[in-house]
Amino acid sequence: MPLFGRLYNFARWLTQDHGEAEDLVQETCLKALKGFGSFRQGTNFRAWMYRILRNTFLTSRAGLRAAPVSLDDEDAVPAEPVASGTPESILISSVDQQAIQAALDALPVPYREVILLCDVEEMRYQEIAETLAIPVGTVMSRLSRGRKAMRELLADASMRSGPRGTLK
Amino acid sequence: MTCDEVCGKLAPYVDSELQASEMAEMETHLRGCSACAAEALGLLRMKLATRTAGARYTPSAEFQRRMVQSIHAKSTPWWAGIRLPRLAVAAVAAVLLIAAVTLLATRTARERELMEIADLHVTALASSNPVDVVSTDRHTVKPWFAGKLPFSFNLPELQNSGFTLTGGRVAYFERSSGAQLLFTVRKHQLSVFIFKDETRELPFRAGTVTSTRLALQTESWSEGGLRYFIVSDAPAADVHALSELLRKAARS
Repeated sequence: MPLFGRLYNFARWLTQDHGEAEDLVQETCLKALKGFGSFRQGTNFRAWMYRILRNTFLTSRAGLRAAPVSLDDEDAVPAEPVASGTPESILISSVDQQAIQAALDALPVPYREVILLCDVEEMRYQEIAETLAIPVGTVMSRLSRGRKAMRELLADASMRSGPRGTLK
Repeated sequence: MTCDEVCGKLAPYVDSELQASEMAEMETHLRGCSACAAEALGLLRMKLATRTAGARYTPSAEFQRRMVQSIHAKSTPWWAGIRLPRLAVAAVAAVLLIAAVTLLATRTARERELMEIADLHVTALASSNPVDVVSTDRHTVKPWFAGKLPFSFNLPELQNSGFTLTGGRVAYFERSSGAQLLFTVRKHQLSVFIFKDETRELPFRAGTVTSTRLALQTESWSEGGLRYFIVSDAPAADVHALSELLRKAARS
């Protein structure tokens, strides 16, 4: 998917609305064109574009709606192992795409965005840190907490819908 | 490394964020510890599933058209006072955009292809019937594929090579069918995938590509209009030895 399509996908996940995602991408592209002077050559172009999009989102209606989430003790990487117990890992392999999408949608924005940038956009931790203007340690702790929250959401969903079929 | 240390680094491992030396230490541990390997596999599956599920939305054609128009309209006054440096900046912007997009597309497509191939291998091993034609005899396995694939291939003579053929199945990858052959060498399992080369898009177009990820070795090359991939947990030297045998067979 070209960068434009990827920006739209990210915007849609952030805003959770088709119209607001289009507005967000449009504003991002216009800001990028206008502010190209502020882009320092040799730095990361993609991170720069995502940073504009994400900053624009934070001040948008959708962004303000999603805003107040307190993430306690951000920089501490949780002491427990990242993945806890094999049964859960097996469970994850059997959940379907829709369940993952629902779990992503249910995550607070700071977790959702960091997981999207890492797993979908395949950014390095350093690149995510630049995009979100947070330290690399915070990227790691948010990823860890976000993934844990996702596993819990998936486990809940799977309990509710009863045992699912085999590997997809 | 202890299991606790490994567990703490599984996320950066799966995200390819560790130093080469740490990567090697992790892989040594994962080879010998099935509990940690299962955790790593669980995390990787989750990451892959999220990647697929996360690439959910695409902009409509109508929106793309509107964007082009609106950028054109807004930028007219910008171009109006034609000054060379501005044009140069715009040119740089265009080049950067194209470069960024192309690089990204190539890298992710390549990695995705690798991971999909690795998935096919792992899925086959996890299956109760890893192969559809069970035979160590290449003269049984090769004819079994006749009529099932749009091409034919040669299997190597394995006598005294240490490798054993255990069978084969038809594999599907990016909407085309190909052969998956399972070999063993000293208890390690190796999958060889053979697909028609012209159906392959960008990745692995030319030359031999080797890579190590999640303790899996891969090697890929083209020969006689076919694209070969080997995936295995066997050491790189074994993977390469099998690739040499297959190359020799392809040329004979």
